[in-house]
Amino acid sequence: MPIKILVTAKRVEDYESKIKVNAQGNGIVLEGLKYKINPFDEIGVEEALRLVAKHGGGEVVVASVGTKDVHEQLRHALAMGATRAIWVNHAGPLDQMTVAGCLQKLIEKEKPDLAILGKQAIDDDQNQVGQYLAEWLGWSQATFASKEESLESEAEKSKTPALQLSADAKTLTVIREVDGGLETLECSMPCVVTTDLRLNQPRYASLPGIMKAKSKPIEEHTPATLGVDATPKITVTKMEHPPARKAGIKVPDVATLMDKLKNEAKVI
Amino acid sequence: MNFALTDDLKALQDTARKFAKEVMRPKAAHFDETEQFPREIIQQAWELGLMNMTIPQAHGGIELSHLAQAVIAEELAWGCSGMATSMIANDLALLPIVLSGTKEQKEKFLKPFTEKFLLASFGLTEPGAGSDVAGMRCTARREGDFYVLNGQKQWITNGEYADQYTIFCTTDSTKRHKGIMCLVVQGRPRGFTVGKHEHKMGQRASNTVTLTFEDVKVPVENRIGQEGEGFIVAMNTLDNSRPLTAMFAVGNARAAMEHAIDYSKQRQQFGKPIAEFQGVQFMIADMASEIHAARLLTYESAWRLDAGERNTLVSSYAKRFAADMAMKATTDAVQIFGGYGYSREYPVEKLMRDAKLIQIYEGTSQVQRLVIARELLKGS
Repeated sequence: MPIKILVTAKRVEDYESKIKVNAQGNGIVLEGLKYKINPFDEIGVEEALRLVAKHGGGEVVVASVGTKDVHEQLRHALAMGATRAIWVNHAGPLDQMTVAGCLQKLIEKEKPDLAILGKQAIDDDQNQVGQYLAEWLGWSQATFASKEESLESEAEKSKTPALQLSADAKTLTVIREVDGGLETLECSMPCVVTTDLRLNQPRYASLPGIMKAKSKPIEEHTPATLGVDATPKITVTKMEHPPARKAGIKVPDVATLMDKLKNEAKVI
Repeated sequence: MNFALTDDLKALQDTARKFAKEVMRPKAAHFDETEQFPREIIQQAWELGLMNMTIPQAHGGIELSHLAQAVIAEELAWGCSGMATSMIANDLALLPIVLSGTKEQKEKFLKPFTEKFLLASFGLTEPGAGSDVAGMRCTARREGDFYVLNGQKQWITNGEYADQYTIFCTTDSTKRHKGIMCLVVQGRPRGFTVGKHEHKMGQRASNTVTLTFEDVKVPVENRIGQEGEGFIVAMNTLDNSRPLTAMFAVGNARAAMEHAIDYSKQRQQFGKPIAEFQGVQFMIADMASEIHAARLLTYESAWRLDAGERNTLVSSYAKRFAADMAMKATTDAVQIFGGYGYSREYPVEKLMRDAKLIQIYEGTSQVQRLVIARELLKGS
């Protein structure tokens, strides 16, 4: 039975870029920055492609909200193998409610069986959209879908995947990361899943994939045509660099260390 | 006039760059040291479509523009120019078929490369015929529906592992370049032997061997173009591949410069990072500006091919300038690293050894100068 999965592709600053706070202290310096698909979203695209392949076909629809620049990230997901893309054209600041609102409306239109989102975007690390979305849709949710080991060792690859769909596509079993270990949830479909870092290692966009992506359709919407109020409910008032770490010190012996931990750091 | 890469080119560059960084570079020192053939890495490149970039779409390929190939070649060489040479060797060997093969020959000799991981070798150079291509001694004698091939080919990339060989030979060596012909040899027919792997100074991950033909029978339908057209086929092929070789120099030099910049900021002498000394700064400034110049020159030579123009002159400018530039840039990078640069524990001496080959293969820097001078001095 073919399944349909909606995934996301947020445009975020490349984690290798050097991020600087601007002179006004209310944002970052945009000049010279490089952009990538949010790595957690990329993991979501990969997992969706694997689920569809395993389940005998279907469709992976990728969505992103932003200016036309997000086409780059949508094309990346299409090059990885997503079927088609939806672009919500919006300039200006975005908050989690606007994004979740747009995704809710898209999901009501598209009616996918499942939505897979990154657990958070690496730009402002909010970790809220997936949860809002599930609540507003009234869907079940499983956040932080993960695996036991990183880097997909041979041992890990032979184990059961973290996301398993039942043959009738009615339930999804999800292994998720929790404090101090893993938890397995059984969700009734449709549901929202957010991905954690160790879920999988996304494939490369192959050259034939990139060439094919050029002819895959990107459908355009705006918050207004979707009926979403895009006025931000959150304003950034101040942004600052974390304080620089102080240099470490060397202690001559254990006794001094114990003394410093007790009396200076006051941690024991 | 527009110097920016298009979104499509950037997407291709991203994949090549990621592959070079995550797959090639971590293994570059290992394959340099052991001189083993990095078959798995090359196969992975094939799976991603980073090989056989010139095969036409009509025959199952992706038929990338020359500019796109050049952009990709820089990234692959940044990862490891030895591995990159083995990857691009397929395109070099397939180009004569792409440029001069019949429809049936393209279907037979190109399409399998899009369906399966296969390697191809380009055989032009001989023990006694390097820059003087027309001096070749490898002969082909017509016998009914076959040619009978005799002779030797030297410095053949991937020769030990290739599934198909594009071999240049002569039907009459007294005719010099007018006697040359191009034949495709598939598999290992009787009388065809592959010599031992040559131990090289650099680019040691690429396999290099001598091929020997003793009464090897090759079907007449494997002839690319006509008898006597082989020299033109070879020169057209080299016009097409020269931008890629020039880009190898750019990728190699860029790697050296990045290492040199990182190191010069960390290395302290006389109480400050050596990057603060003008002597070091000037070397880095020269590297950066010359790498940029070589890249733009090469982009132009690729762009001319895409525009359907003859690019002999500009591609010789590019190959000559880029190869000599990479030799200088990598030598300076070793200088900036000082004693550490001369040690195999650090990555720059490999880049210097690798760069040397780019001044030699696919037309030495001297041959490029000859080509340039001839182009400028001929006719009107």
